Amino acid sequence: MLELVLVSTLNGVLYGMLLFLMASGLTLIFSMMGVLNFAHASFYMLGAFFGFQISRYVGFWTGLILAPLLVGVIGALIERYGLRNVHRHGHVAELLFTFGLAFVIEELVQMIWGKSPVDYRIPSLLDFSAFTIFSTNYPAYKMFMLLFAIVIFIVLLLVLTRTRVGLIIQASLTHPRMVGALGHNVPRIFMMVFGFGCALAAVAGVIAGPALVTQSNMAALLGPILFVVVVVGGLGSLSGAFVASLLIGLLQTFAIAINLSLSDIFGYFGIHSNPMPFLNDIWRVTVAQIGPILPYLLLVLILIFRPTGLMGTRDT
Amino acid sequence: MKFGLAARLGAVAAFGVLAFPFAMPVSGADDTIKIAYIDPLSGGGASIGEVGLKTFQFLADDLNAKGGALGKKFEIVGYDNKLNAQETLVQVQKAIDSGIRILTQGNGSAFAAAISDFVAKYNERNPGKEVIFFNYAAVDPILTNEKCTFWHFRWDANSDQKMEALTNYMKDKKNIKKVYLINQDYSFGQSVRTQAVAMLKAKRPDIEIVGDELHPLLKITDFAPYVAKIKASGADTVITGNWGQDIALLLKAAADAGLQTDWYTYYAGGSGGPTAIKQTNLNHRVFAVGEGIPNLGYEPANQFEKAFRAKYKTDGTSGTNLSLFYPRAVNEMRMLAAAINKSKSTEPAKIGGALEGMKFEVYNGGEGYMRADDHQFIQPLYIASFGERSAKEPFDEEGTGWGWKLAGKIEAANTVLPTTCKMSRPAS
Repeated sequence: MLELVLVSTLNGVLYGMLLFLMASGLTLIFSMMGVLNFAHASFYMLGAFFGFQISRYVGFWTGLILAPLLVGVIGALIERYGLRNVHRHGHVAELLFTFGLAFVIEELVQMIWGKSPVDYRIPSLLDFSAFTIFSTNYPAYKMFMLLFAIVIFIVLLLVLTRTRVGLIIQASLTHPRMVGALGHNVPRIFMMVFGFGCALAAVAGVIAGPALVTQSNMAALLGPILFVVVVVGGLGSLSGAFVASLLIGLLQTFAIAINLSLSDIFGYFGIHSNPMPFLNDIWRVTVAQIGPILPYLLLVLILIFRPTGLMGTRDT
Repeated sequence: MKFGLAARLGAVAAFGVLAFPFAMPVSGADDTIKIAYIDPLSGGGASIGEVGLKTFQFLADDLNAKGGALGKKFEIVGYDNKLNAQETLVQVQKAIDSGIRILTQGNGSAFAAAISDFVAKYNERNPGKEVIFFNYAAVDPILTNEKCTFWHFRWDANSDQKMEALTNYMKDKKNIKKVYLINQDYSFGQSVRTQAVAMLKAKRPDIEIVGDELHPLLKITDFAPYVAKIKASGADTVITGNWGQDIALLLKAAADAGLQTDWYTYYAGGSGGPTAIKQTNLNHRVFAVGEGIPNLGYEPANQFEKAFRAKYKTDGTSGTNLSLFYPRAVNEMRMLAAAINKSKSTEPAKIGGALEGMKFEVYNGGEGYMRADDHQFIQPLYIASFGERSAKEPFDEEGTGWGWKLAGKIEAANTVLPTTCKMSRPAS
């Protein structure tokens, strides 16, 4: 039991940190521009595919540096020449723009790399098991993912709270007009933040690609959960995104480990037969089976009871 | 297959509004027999969907090189159903609209059931333009029992037959004490778990079922949480009907965590599976049941396997080398050719009639037959384990060096299970 708890915690934290790498960029972009970037997960996918392609020629580590840079530049260009023009027509147009962009990117990826998974391998340097908890091996690569994500989180936190750039970004989050009035080039800050957010998502893609599956539907699989993280955490709140990422990571991992069903719960109170036979499926379904929808349930509950999210200050 | 613009618009409008097809199925271009291959060619099922498509294309080429059937060539047309029942029917309609009258599909019994229903209704409404559905891998028993139709033929052993074979083999293995079941959460996975529980209870009541898991179909990219749970259960054996990336990723996660159990599977040989088993280092502890493995030593099959591998060999930079994962597809295509030759017709009703009860020398040797009662192909089954090879196992898989070794053969007669099918046949 202890083994299950420990391993599940590790897995949950790891998944949560991956979510955070993406959600941090998304929540920054959201709060600055007021736009949910539907294509955010697509930049994660681009990161994975660029990382894969680069690793074929010059190795994984170069890919880890080059792919996010490349994706960041692409993101910045998209903001400069796409989003900024659309911006004039209001938020709905922006939303539709990113919505369309997600499909365009998915199609492009399918055209270039095909529809089936590509063979993106973890670097041989990290292809061993780092340590053993009781009898479960924990792969070194996953440990690397975890540490890498934590390092990025710390750097991000320092940049945002301890540097001048971070100061301006934070100011733009809450008072964009005032920042502009003080003579800062707000559109350029937007562009930088957009590019940086995309690069962060790409980092997540590069390191998650080999451990998970790199294929053209990976953006679609992960996209919805990102919005849950951002909304649950609170818009524009980096620490909120952090807490929400970990919460959802742990929630999903631990849900799988729990075999409890309604019949068990009622059985505990001495009710052993189903009072409503037509609901037999629901009666016997376990927490493990409904695990995948739990984050969305959380999303609905948060929106009802705390629309600002766990740590947000603005209404969704 | 030339449509006027009006006819085409009409077809689109008719399908969109009434979901009732008006388009005239042109009875195939005269010199080709087209077969629509409807399976996932994108998303989580793409890795095996593409293997299937290549297999069928290879088979069509092989038959064409021998002259085709009735002097006509076979042609495979791929349709991507995106593992979605709605999309499957859209693609079926598309195939029918372009004049195709033979459909084949395999991945996902839920989608096979959708096609089978659709085809039965379509044929009722469109006499003289019938289409026929060849199922090469969807193994939910219901398709040849309660939901059987004349227009559906299945070449894969159904899930009950496979579980029967697996449990018969397992019952003599005294080292099995605690079994964990992990399956995909849809009709097929549920049928696997129910049968496994029932059959183990009957054959080995001393075995304890320590876990019974259902997980979402082809959506999971990291099975580590599930493997942690298997580990915590103390299971010594895992039974799974998982296919596609769900088996490859499950084994990969098991390898990462160092899970040491025996595995009894349906599809461990699927794309990515062998590579993951090699990683687990479970030498001859992963078993799979099916209608054949490359290393059976049957010469015609050896020749075919060699040709197939030579055709789909990668340059070593991307993808994996293919080996023949679908011997049942070979049986399907060869029997189709035989049925066309026998009935001297490419009319689906005639082909179906010729297939009923047809006896056939199967790909791996031995005789099989298409049972007329329910259109379930009855054939010898094999249980094999994956691991190090001896001189008797010339073929390895996915460049791992390891290969499949025969562990047990079940003669065709011993795979027969009763059916509840009551089939109504077209009047001829």
